[in-house]
Amino acid sequence: MKVSYYPGCSLHATGKEYDESMKAVSGALDITLQEVDDWVCCGASSAHMTNYKLSVALPARSIIAAEKENLDVMVPCAACFNRFKMAQHHLRHDDALKAEVEGIVGDTYQDSVAVRNPIDIIYTDIGLETIEAKVTRKLTGLKPVSYYGCLLLRPPEVCEFENYENPYMMDAILKALGAEPRKWSCGTDCCGGSLSIGKTEIVVHLCNKLMRMAREADANCLVTACPLCMANLDMRATEGLPVFYFTELMALAMGLDGPNKWFKLHNVNPLPLMQSLGLQ
Amino acid sequence: MSTFLQEVNDKINGVPIQRCYHCRKCTAGCPIAFAMEYNPNKIIKMIQEGKRDEVLASSTIWLCASCETCVTRCPNDVDIARMMDVLREMVITSNLPVKEKNILKFHEAFLNGIKSGGRINEPLMIANYKMKSGDYFSDMKMGIDMFMKGKLSLFSPKTKDMKAVRKIFEETKAR
Ligand code: SF4
Ligand code: SF4
Repeated sequence: MKVSYYPGCSLHATGKEYDESMKAVSGALDITLQEVDDWVCCGASSAHMTNYKLSVALPARSIIAAEKENLDVMVPCAACFNRFKMAQHHLRHDDALKAEVEGIVGDTYQDSVAVRNPIDIIYTDIGLETIEAKVTRKLTGLKPVSYYGCLLLRPPEVCEFENYENPYMMDAILKALGAEPRKWSCGTDCCGGSLSIGKTEIVVHLCNKLMRMAREADANCLVTACPLCMANLDMRATEGLPVFYFTELMALAMGLDGPNKWFKLHNVNPLPLMQSLGLQ
Repeated sequence: MSTFLQEVNDKINGVPIQRCYHCRKCTAGCPIAFAMEYNPNKIIKMIQEGKRDEVLASSTIWLCASCETCVTRCPNDVDIARMMDVLREMVITSNLPVKEKNILKFHEAFLNGIKSGGRINEPLMIANYKMKSGDYFSDMKMGIDMFMKGKLSLFSPKTKDMKAVRKIFEETKAR
């Protein structure tokens, strides 16, 4: 299949290993990625927390650019995904706002493409059987907890993603890789998001709680699809377990090049865990 | 003259917040309530009571992380997350004092980053925040670690059509 690809700013910087592993996995699963032409930052929380119109206009410009290709848009970053879905929601339900934003952006919003997260594309369109068939090294002994955070799931009528209180797709993908996901009740809790820099102590408190709960669930790592959650969990928790992007683990299980290079970019070094499990 | 309640409801442009019957489900699930000056449902009550100054001067509206748990669980579909956005925007457009200054400074540094490149260049954005906030040291260790690991690329490509980006900022400015 072919999709438009919106990396967003994080995937070119702190989330570099998410971008690289996303591309590697897409290649192996025959998903062709075509980067959205001349995309602009989605504005993230800073736009919607301070200027509503800006928070719709910024993603609208990139969505309209993607509409020219008429392909589903893959948005790996949970924060960008949320802002894109939110902009579509407002443009659909507020005609006056739509007209105004179209004037600002200088083009028409068609509402013609679906904004999708790769978890959904891989689970729904590619399917677990295809993934299982590509696994060359089962992730036996890896006991992750799936951590979705907020922005993929809420509000559910905007995100239109999966079961918002009890999501299951990431666990299912991890199981297909041979890992042994643990059950826990914090998969949709908040890591503190953008408070990380302006109010660090709150984020430290929340991330430490998540790590404690993960250990209680007998997990040896956490898995995420959000560069903001990754940065917070990996750098703000006082005694953190290793944290992975789900695509890094897919690449590892599928025997693709890259995991060892990406793991070196993590703050909490995952290599001791991987070595102890013979996954290195 | 419209009341504070009407003003907030007009800006939310959705479910009127007086639908709230104070079951406190929002507050029970709010991950930040422990650090807030007033709980989320208390803010609704205060708006109903016309306590404009206290609400707009509170830390609550800045500490809300927009996790959207409250609106997802509210039995009456009250959109507290959107309400917090509206309240922050009221403080900014009326030039009122900001209780959590560093949080707003971070947002300003972030938006300045988009304004000047169309995309966020993380090291520049963080440097800009540090200059605005005077908070030079708290993240030093993290910044250096990330830099050493090659995470902060100094050459993230900019958006080409910067004229369009500037137009978006110009025409969405508060009037
Ligand atoms: S959950 Fe809804 S009804 Fe209950 S207190 Fe909160 S806003 Fe009010
Ligand atoms: S959106 Fe804000 S008020 Fe609502 S639960 Fe999350 S942090 Fe609390």
